[in-house]
Amino acid sequence: MPIQGNIRNFSTTQLLNLINLARKTGTLTFFEGVRTGEKDAMGEEKMAPGKPRAKVSFNTGKLTYAALDNQDGNLISVLNKAGKLTDEQARIIRERAKNTADKALALLLMNANYVSQSDIVSSIQQHTLDVIYNLLTWAEGPFRFDDGIMPTNDRIQVPIDLENVIIEGSRRIREAEKLNEYLPNLDFALKFPENPKEKFKGIHLSVEEWRVVSFVNPKNSIRQIAKANNMSDIEIRRIVYGLEQAGLVELVKPPGMETTTRPGRPAAARAPQVQKNVVNKLIDKIKSI
Amino acid sequence: MQTVKMVITGPFSSGKTEFIRSISEIEVVSTEREISTEAEKRQKDATTVAMDFGRITVDDDLVLYLFGTPGQRRFDFMWEILAEGMLGFVVMVDSAKPETFREAKSILETFRAYAPTPYVVAANKQDHPDAWAADDLRIALRIEDGVKLLPCIAKDKESVKNVLLELLYSILEEMEG
Repeated sequence: MPIQGNIRNFSTTQLLNLINLARKTGTLTFFEGVRTGEKDAMGEEKMAPGKPRAKVSFNTGKLTYAALDNQDGNLISVLNKAGKLTDEQARIIRERAKNTADKALALLLMNANYVSQSDIVSSIQQHTLDVIYNLLTWAEGPFRFDDGIMPTNDRIQVPIDLENVIIEGSRRIREAEKLNEYLPNLDFALKFPENPKEKFKGIHLSVEEWRVVSFVNPKNSIRQIAKANNMSDIEIRRIVYGLEQAGLVELVKPPGMETTTRPGRPAAARAPQVQKNVVNKLIDKIKSI
Repeated sequence: MQTVKMVITGPFSSGKTEFIRSISEIEVVSTEREISTEAEKRQKDATTVAMDFGRITVDDDLVLYLFGTPGQRRFDFMWEILAEGMLGFVVMVDSAKPETFREAKSILETFRAYAPTPYVVAANKQDHPDAWAADDLRIALRIEDGVKLLPCIAKDKESVKNVLLELLYSILEEMEG
């Protein structure tokens, strides 16, 4: 089954999280939205997929390739942009190696001592991340994930863990309203998930994130953590959002907090007192229908 | 005569009315009205205003009522009334409409806050070509591992039976735990 929708309803960060957690292999395509004049289930205008805007590929949950449709993403341009090739070098190589695939070109450049393997890997990695961070700012447009579809073999693919990408992407989400909607109540606390050691392996956190992580304890509310670290509500929300999206922390209700989170609502309705034999009778009845 | 109640909730057009129709022994008492806004009209012609009401008679002493909630937020004043005294609830999600996932999650959290009763999530319209797989939906909706997320086709009685049975098993487990 395809995974498709519109990033206004299911954000790119959420998509990356889904692909990471489900260890998916395939290609995510973002399209220009074509107005249909129809409304979707939430009353917003339906957008049909138009021209592709970007393609991002994944292998077992790792980011391996990203390209914007309107950007020259070949190896020479990537190395030039990263400062590994001068403009003049890039021009000459472009002329001489017009139809050479990226992988073959990489070998030629390494053999000619223009660049090292690590130059190529780091430049492609940076290019891939730049593309991702660019499209994380997109707020609207259809997308589709195709299982098993990968870029052609001549493309160099460098696997990148998505957790760091998600954290960085989340850092770039500036809209205070969205963050506020996500975490309206700062009285929640934080705890580590199961196997935290495993999840933190290879993760690069900022100083601010480490400061928050150092206070993670179900007894500390997020508000208290923010106060201890002299952080604003928006800053703490942004950091907690990133950490939670990457699966590094979980939200927990502090002890004594009411079940209901809606102010002004009456106390929770009590479940009826029902005997086990009543439930068993219901099960037998439904089985027999 | 003892009556017990289950609530079938979920966003607008997620298949709640169809779900109850598939299993109820009586013609569903539906308080549907013709859709008033153009946007909603494109989804379906009629919508549930107050509630759907279905019944399953177990024996002379026991009846199960199924209440379907209205999907639109403007009728959410009805939700809490319907939730009062429920044995458990089913959250219906249209697997082919990702634009409703956020709303489904919000409704789920609202009902969880109303009463600490067991619930299951039904990933409806699994026969639709655009339907998201149940495993993907679990991640998308951030449903905890301990909560049942069940593939469902609301117009298929066997599928509806399976969802209700799984909810009842969860209720039993909670009683035994």
